[in-house]
Parts: sequence; structure tokens; C-alpha cells
Amino acid sequence: MSTQPIALFDSGIIRRAAFDAVSKLAPRQLVRNPVMFVTGAVALVVTLIFLRDLVVGDDDLAFTGQIAVWLWFTVIFANFAEAIAEGRGKAQADALKKTRSDTSAKVLLHPEDGRDDIFETKSASDLRAGDVVLVETGDIIPADGEVVEGIASVNESAITGESAPVIRESGGDRTAVTGGTVVLSDWIKVRVTAAPGSSFLDRMIALVEGAERQKTPNELALSILLVGMTLIFLIAVVTLWGIASYSGTVLSVTVLVALLVTLIPTTIGGLLSAIGIAGMDRLIRFNVIATSGRAVEAAGDVDTLLLDKTGTITFGNRLATDFIAAPGVDERHLIEAALFSSLADETPEGRSIVALAKSKYGVIQPADILGDVIPFSAQTRLSGIDTDGRKLRKGAVDSILTFVGLTFETAPAEFRDAVQSISQTGGTPLAVAEGAKLLGVIHLKDVVKPDIKSRFSELRAMGIRTVMVTGDNPVTAAAIASEAGVDDYIAEATPQDKLAYIKAEQAKGRLIAMCGDGTNDAPALAQADVGVAMQTGTQAAREAGNMVDLDSNPTKLIEVTEIGKQLLMTRGSLTTFSIANDVAKYFAIIPALFVATYPELGVLNIMELASPQSAILSAVIFNALVIIALIPLALKGIAYRPVGAAALLRRNLLIYGLGGLIVPFIGIKIIDLAVSGLGLA
Amino acid sequence: MTIAGWLQITLILCAVIASAWPLGLYMARVFRGEKTVLSPVLSPLERIIYIAAKVDPKKEQTWLGYTLAMLAINGLGFLLLYALMRFQHLLPLNPHGFAAVPSDLAFNTALSFVSNTNWQSYGGETTMSHLVQMAGLTVQNFLSAATGVALALAVTRAFARSGVTSLGNFWVDLTRATLYVLLPLSIIVAFAFALTGVPQTLAANTEATTLEGAKQIIALGPVASQEAIKQIGTNGGGFFNVNAAHPFENPSAWSNILSIWSMLLISTALTFTFGRLVGDMRQGLALLTVMYALLVNGVAIVYAAETSGVPSQIAAGVDPAMGNMEGKEVRFGQALTALYVVATTGLSCGAVNAMHNSLTPIGGLVPLFMIQLGEILPGGVGSGLYGIVVMAILTVFVAGLMVGRTPEYLGKKIEAREMKLAVLAILILPLAILGFTAASAMLPLALSSLANAGPRGLTEILYAYSSAAGNNGSAFAGLTANTPWYNTTLGIAMLLGRFAYVVPVMAIAGAVVQKTKVAASPGTFPTHGGMFVGLLIGVILILGGLQYFPSLALGSIVEHILMQTGKTF
Repeated sequence: MSTQPIALFDSGIIRRAAFDAVSKLAPRQLVRNPVMFVTGAVALVVTLIFLRDLVVGDDDLAFTGQIAVWLWFTVIFANFAEAIAEGRGKAQADALKKTRSDTSAKVLLHPEDGRDDIFETKSASDLRAGDVVLVETGDIIPADGEVVEGIASVNESAITGESAPVIRESGGDRTAVTGGTVVLSDWIKVRVTAAPGSSFLDRMIALVEGAERQKTPNELALSILLVGMTLIFLIAVVTLWGIASYSGTVLSVTVLVALLVTLIPTTIGGLLSAIGIAGMDRLIRFNVIATSGRAVEAAGDVDTLLLDKTGTITFGNRLATDFIAAPGVDERHLIEAALFSSLADETPEGRSIVALAKSKYGVIQPADILGDVIPFSAQTRLSGIDTDGRKLRKGAVDSILTFVGLTFETAPAEFRDAVQSISQTGGTPLAVAEGAKLLGVIHLKDVVKPDIKSRFSELRAMGIRTVMVTGDNPVTAAAIASEAGVDDYIAEATPQDKLAYIKAEQAKGRLIAMCGDGTNDAPALAQADVGVAMQTGTQAAREAGNMVDLDSNPTKLIEVTEIGKQLLMTRGSLTTFSIANDVAKYFAIIPALFVATYPELGVLNIMELASPQSAILSAVIFNALVIIALIPLALKGIAYRPVGAAALLRRNLLIYGLGGLIVPFIGIKIIDLAVSGLGLA
Repeated sequence: MTIAGWLQITLILCAVIASAWPLGLYMARVFRGEKTVLSPVLSPLERIIYIAAKVDPKKEQTWLGYTLAMLAINGLGFLLLYALMRFQHLLPLNPHGFAAVPSDLAFNTALSFVSNTNWQSYGGETTMSHLVQMAGLTVQNFLSAATGVALALAVTRAFARSGVTSLGNFWVDLTRATLYVLLPLSIIVAFAFALTGVPQTLAANTEATTLEGAKQIIALGPVASQEAIKQIGTNGGGFFNVNAAHPFENPSAWSNILSIWSMLLISTALTFTFGRLVGDMRQGLALLTVMYALLVNGVAIVYAAETSGVPSQIAAGVDPAMGNMEGKEVRFGQALTALYVVATTGLSCGAVNAMHNSLTPIGGLVPLFMIQLGEILPGGVGSGLYGIVVMAILTVFVAGLMVGRTPEYLGKKIEAREMKLAVLAILILPLAILGFTAASAMLPLALSSLANAGPRGLTEILYAYSSAAGNNGSAFAGLTANTPWYNTTLGIAMLLGRFAYVVPVMAIAGAVVQKTKVAASPGTFPTHGGMFVGLLIGVILILGGLQYFPSLALGSIVEHILMQTGKTF
């Protein structure tokens, strides 16, 4: 996503949302949200009563009018919340659409026999799946597809925001190309896999726009609960008219409507869809595209994360961590030899030796070393430098031993012990020699990322197990697993092993998330409950997963899980808040309704609201304003902390449950002071 | 309130829990078909019943099959009972020559006994023939209680099993509930009642000459045995019109304690059965804690309200230390009356040992509210358990979201379908209670039945429909309910409260049993700790009770405030 991060309240979005909030009053749109539909319907009723009273004349005209206005505001505020959430997506979609300018494609007429010069230029929108197109330097790739021939560097920043070019080639795991990206050098032949309108870019636009948005399963279940509560209070309010008439109280429709709207869960009802859209939006800002809202919810439920070792848990390269001198060798001598022999070595291992020697042991790099560099080769399996008559070498243990004329058995015992202990802990020993003298050994290690262990213990507190997947042998795998603090590992893993592990975990009732990029990952990605495919991966992997990570960063699985949880927590907490609000509203409205019949019920007016009418009006105004006040929270999501379920619940219950009880008492009182002070009621 | 009073209350409740625990575990064995102490005697009998009824005990039913079987036998029970009453003048065993029961009363009474409500619009000793009493009402006392137990079992199995469709066999559960649980218990309790002085005789009424020389007929009968199943099965339909306030139904403090113990027993025990069957006793204990926390709170409020007395009585010279003794029996005292009042309404029993209409406004508000909360504290035999499970589902739904997972209860995901059905179930009570109350509050026809004016009159109507819809059966008295309007509408309320409620609940069970159990992890919201208990109480009070607040405000609450100023109704 090449767009700049969009501020939470961009003025352009707000302007557009304000307009949408009114246009969403159309009944056909409103009916999608039952709570707001009911609110809108009763707002209409009160408006009609106001119009009638306007003609007929009534003492309560101003009161009825104000109630009607605030009821409409309640609906408009809810629409506004939804529109603002959608607006953020729309802004991103617009940026994407710009890259979708119509391009021309060179369709090969005879792709099978290699006559590349015979092609027909077509518009990209006329391409069909199966067409093979030639894309050369500077061309825009016209459609999603698979490289069938050639190799090229491609700029995918239109999709990923990452300007460094990536290599795309036929065969292997880097065959997928995305329409809208640009070939920077060389050429490729691409078989089109997606018809126009259903390309990856198109789907992304549709997703961020929210055009394909359907209620997710949990959102649906929550909506049903809200509808149920609306019906219960509808029953309570309608019957109250009859029950009150027994006591000689005639309740006007206006006050009954006010009671109804304040009791039904308008707060969560108004914010529900905004929360869902914002959840998807948060993912998108993390450069992860979910193909369905269901996947985001499932991410919150995940019990087990399958993480590839390389790149996620470790840096992916073996790095030098220690120097162990052979007996009778000065450690400084060893380090210097290791440094010199690595100066010309541009591999990450070589660079890490230089870095360790300099930083940890303070060896100063000579300004300039002249000599013959001996490069590494697969045959000799060693490298080094000949300088000042010194023959400095480093390399695989057996190669170096041969170089110095020893065998493993004849090597010094301490050297052997060092080599063995390095191997047993999953490291790689690298021997160092000068001439015929064995100097010692360098400990190369798959270095675990420094913060990953605490990350995993956070996940464990949340109840999520981490499983490391690696191609390493079991000894190495076990060593890294214990260092990183994962709960389990799969060593010498094949794609089949992953699939089998996922199925076994699922049979135990667990939900699994994994990420992958290769075609052979596709079955496991499809089987996993949350499968995050890397954007750099193959088309098959991207189709199989239910999320695509545009940054191709496997660590993101952890953030995805957190976003899923945050989405659900926001819904739950605002529901609790909404329900808890009812208590204060009762205390505001009930005495106001019946104080004419039973002045004694005035003792329930514990907020000491100025008059019955101002009490009712204040409750309705509070009910409307609280939606606006909570929009930022709905969009940002409530604060998430990686602690256990019980601690999370205690915290959220305290803030949103207890807060939901107390806040309206204060809010309604303040509004009442304003309403009575201004003489509105 | 006195320490001695609280000691009595505490001891009785401890005794209930101490005996419910082993009973619950025994019931778990019974319904799993395992051997129990009674098996040598009862299992041959059980087999004979299955052979005679052509039931294959191994063949299990889906939720639909189970529910249809339940509806069939209860429907048949209704028709039979209705016919018995309508034709009692033509049938034998009618020594007093009672006429046919009018259609509206027969409709009401038949539904009342089928739905385990046992609302009685009539005086039993002056309306029903012996045949109706024995072959009709008593049979239903057993059948409706056994039905409740069976349904609770089916719902429990939905959470205990994983990935199957069957919930058990209704006929087997019904038979076992009657044979292994209700019958043995009622026999023991009947003997115990007889020991406390409750009559158990088939002899005719006795005629006595009073000191003034007037003739008095003293009604007698097989009271002890009737009393046993009435309490054990949370039926509550008394042998005498004044129910357990009558000296022959409830002669002493001891019989009163026995009454309270026996009505709380099975509903309490079922929470232990639940815990055992779902494989985690703590789950059952959590539900038990919720039930008893609210129950004890209710007792405390009633006890406090009743002992603090009525200002106008005190002004008239009544000893303030007595509290409000109107409508209460001196032999039970304030403490055990308060416990009885709250237990009989927290359960869906409905037996009464004091006149609820004579309670203070707040004292009367509590039993009313206990009923409105859905009869789950601890609720009727079986119905209490499945009712609180529905509330637990609603609780985990909101709580589960708050911890960032899609909600699950006992390892079963709660999704849209379960929510739809749970919402359908919890709509029934407010619809029946508030709907009929509002209609009656406006109908002159209905209002003419009221004995009291003002807010108390409104409470009488509200109480009647709450009692019917909640399948409680206790009456606030003061309302002349034996009219076509009340008989019919209360009958419909009872029908809705029992069967319209349980069908969606069984459908939930049918959906839940098919789901595979999800493994629990530290990220799962635990449903056995104090937090869940607190939340469930909150949900019961808010989702179950908030909708009644306006009508309670217009009834009991305003009356309480008026009483403080010396005004009574």
C-alpha cells in the first residue's frame, strides 16, 4: 500500500462522512442495522407528532421538537461513525485505483513455440485467463499471473509500498506477479490467471472499500443479541403504556419513545459496523489484506501459531557469537586471525565475524591489508587470506584440519570438545588456522531475535502456543526452540508434516494460524484457520491463504492475532458499556414519567434533575452524544494487553462495565444543567 | 433480624447443599445408566417398563426427536387431565358429587399441572373428585417434574458430548427420573412428613363439635404423600387451599424445615449432576454459587423488610419487635417464613407458608422479582438448570468478546444460531408477563377481580402473570383468578412459559451437541471462577430483570415509599 498513513480524523474524510451520514438515512440502508432502524422509525413517529402539534397547537411543542431532533441525531451519529470508518477505506482504495490505469498488453499468439516476436497488442481489460503476455523492461504487468518463462526484477511498490525491486522468475516459489506492478529490467512471459475485474488489485480495492462487506459470524451473533434486547425493551415500553394507565398516568408517545431509545442498545448498535470496518482497516495499515472478516475474527481465536524459524524466530543467518582458542593459543591471536581471514568475506557469516571481533573484543581493524584473498569454494570449503607470509584460513572443521594436517582424532582434546559442544547446541563450528597451526574455533549460531522470547511469553499469557517449524535436524531445532522459548517445534519439517500437525491440532479443538509462501505450503495454508500468505509467494499460496501480507514479514502473524482480539474486545466492551448505561437512564426517566401520579417517586430522582422534561431530554441527548464520543475508541480499538483472559476481563469489566454504570449519571447531570440553564426544557 | 434466625437459615441451606451433593452424583450415575445402590431392586422393573412400552433404551434421539417425544407425552397428559375434569361427574370416585369442572377452569388447571406450575384457581377440597386428584393431578406432579429433569439432562449432554447429534432417549430419562429419583425420595419424605404429624389417611373427613357447639368438618386425606411430591417436584399445588400455611400440611417448625429442604433438594442436586456430566465439578459449583448468592440476598431483603414492620401498625400500638406478622404463622417465625417465601419463588415451586399479599411492599417485591428473573434461582426441577444455562450462554457471549475470543461455553462455540435461539427463549417471559399484565390493567373485566386498589392491585395482576409464565404457581392472593379471562390468559402464560421456552432451548442443545469441544487455554475465559459468578449475576439482573423495573416502580416500589408515609392499600 503506497498510501501515506491516514490520520484518524482527516478533514476530507470527515466532510465526506458527514454527507454520507445523512444519505444513509435511506430506509433501505438503515434496515441493515436493526437497532438504528427502530430508532429511525420512532424518530419519524415523533417528528409526525411534532408536525401535528405544530398545526393543532400543544404546550409541549418545543419539547417534542427537541426530542425529535435528538433522535434523528442519534441515527445520524451512528451513520457518521460507519461512514467515517468506510471513508478511511475509500481513501485508500482511491490511491489503489490510480495504479489501475489501463495498460496495454502484448499477447503472444504462439506462446508454445517461443516465437516471441509475434504478438498482438490488446488492452489489459480485454485479457482472458490463460492468455500469455510478454512483459519487457519498463512495461506495466497488465494482469495477475504466473511467470512461465524468463526472469525479471519487478517494482511492486504499487501494492506493497516497498520500493526495493523483487525478483520474479519461472519455476520455484517466485512465479507470481501482480497486475499494476512494473518490470524494471529483463523480460518475462506471464500466463494470465485472473480475468479483468477479479485481479488481486481489484479484490483489494473492493475489500478496503468495504463494498464486499458482509456481516461476519460473530458480528451477526452480536446483532441478534442486540435485536433481542431491542425487542425486550420494546415489549417493556409498549406494555408500560397500559400498565401506567392503571395508575391513571397517561404517557405520551414522545416520552415512551424517549424511554425506548435510551434503553435499547443504541451505543453499540450505532458503532458495531464501524468497529468491524475499522478492524479490517487496522489490518490494512499493517499491510495485511484479509480476504474476509471471518478470518480476522478467527485470528482472535487462534490457539496455536506455526512459525517458520528462519526470518521469524531467528535472523535467518548464522552469526558469530564466540571465539574458542585451541590449547596454547592466545585468544587475541585467534581473533585477529579470524578477523583477517574474514575481511574479504562478504557473506553474512564473514561480516558477523568481523563485527564480533571488533565490537566485543576490541580488535582494531588494520587500515589496509594487502594480500591474496582465498575465496570460499564448495570444494575446499574454506576461505582466507595470504598476507605478510601468513596463511590465514577459516572454514569447515574437517577442511581446516586437513589444511593443518590433522584428523579429528589427532586434534587437541579441548578443540574436539569445543567443536562437539557447539554442534550439540545447534551451532556451527568454524575452525581457524594459521599456516600449519590450529588456532581455535568460531562459534556460529542461528541467532534468535532479541525480543522474540518475551513476545512468546506474552503470547503464552494470552493462551497462544507457538510452534517453530524448521528444516533443521532435531538437535539444532531443540536447541533453538529452547532458546527462543517456543512451546513446541517440528524439526526436519516437510510441507506434509505441517499439514499433518495442523490437522492433529485441529482435531484437538484448537485453531491454528500459519504463514507460508511456497506452492507446497498451499495445502497447509488452506487447512489452517488463519493462513497468511506472503505477497512474495506463489499464486497458489496467495489463493490458499485467507490473508496476504504485503510486506512478506512472517512475524506479523503475532500482530494479526492481536488485531483480531482487539476487534472482538472492542465489540464486547462497548456492548457492556451500552447495557450498563441503562441503569442510569432508568433513574433519569422513570421518576420523570410518573412523578405527576406519584410525587413520592421523586426520591428515585437521585441525580436531582431539574424537571421531568429536562430529565427525559437530557437522557436522550446523552444517548446521542455518547455515540459521537465513542467513535475514536471504536475506530482505534480498545487498548490491548497481552495478559490472560481473567486479567483482561477484570480490566475491561472495570473500565467499561463500571464505567458504563457511572458515566451516564455524570453525563446526564451535566447535560441537564445545560438544558435547564439554557431554558430548553 | 436475629442471629438465631440467620443460624436457622444457614443451617437449612447447608443441609440442602450437603445432601444435594451426593444426590447429584447419584443422579449422574443413574442417567449414565451406571449401577447404583437401587439398581438391584429397580433395574428389573425398569427393563419391564421398556419392554411393555416397546422402548429400546439404547436408541438415542436427536433434539427434535427428544422434544417431540416430550411434547407428545405432555400433550397427552393435558388432554387426559382435561377430559377427567370435564367428565368427573360421570366418572367414579366422586363421593361428594362435584359437578363437571367448567371449561376455562379445566383448561387452566390442566395446563397448570402439565407445566409444573400448579397454579390453582380453585379450592382443591371443594372442586376436584378423588379420581381427578389421584389419577390426574398426582400423576402430573410426577410427570411434569420428571419431564423437567429429562430436559435438563438433554441440555447437559449437549455440553458433555462432542460432535454427535444425539441427546439421549427421552423415554429412558423420563423413566429413570421417576423410578430412581422422584419415587424413592417421595417415599422417604412422605414418611418424614407423617412423623412430623402430617395426616396420611384414606379415611373420610371428620366432623368435630367446637366449644361453641358448632359443627365443623375437618378435611383429612393422604396429605403426607401428596406433600412429599409437591415439594420434591417443585410442584407446589397444595392439598388444602391455604397450602403449607395449613396446620395439617405443615404442622410444626420441623415440617417447615423439611418442606424447605425437600423443595430445594433436586434443583440444587442437578447442578452437581451437571458438573459431573460435563466433567468439571467447578462448572456446576459456579452455577450453584450464583443461584444461592441471589437466593440468600433475597432472603436477607425479605427478612429485613418483614422484621422492620409497618409504620401504621406500629403507630397503632403493635410491638415493633414483632415486625410484620400479618399473614404469617407464629410457629414458623420471621426467619423461616422469609426463607420459605424466597425459596418457593426462587424455585418454581409456588407452595406458600405465608400469604404473600400480606408481606410488606419490599417483602412482596422480592418473591415477585425472583419469579421474573426466570425461575432459575435455583429454579424448578430441571427447568432451573436449563434456564440458568441459557443465561450462562448469554453471559459468556459478552464476556468472551471482552477477552478477545469468539465466545465459548464449556468448550462449545456460541455462534449466531445459539444466540438467535437464546434470544427467542428470553423473549417469552417478558412477552407473557408484561403483555398480559398490560392487557389486564386496561380491561374493566379483568380489573373487577382485584381485591386491593392502588399499586397493590397492580402488583396482584403482575404477580399472577409472573407466577404463571414462570411456572411458579404461587399466588399473591387478593386476585379472584377463577374467571374465564384469568383462567384462559394465565393458562396461555403457563403454556408459553414452559413449552415455548423449552423448545428453543432444546434447539440450542441440538446445535451445541454437534459442535466439537474446543480445547481450553489460558486465553479462554474461565467459567468457574468468581468473575464468571459475578458476571452471570449481573446478566441475570440486567437482561432478566431490567425490563420489569418500570412496572415494579409503579407497584411495589411506589407502595413502599407510600407505606413509609403511613399510607397502605
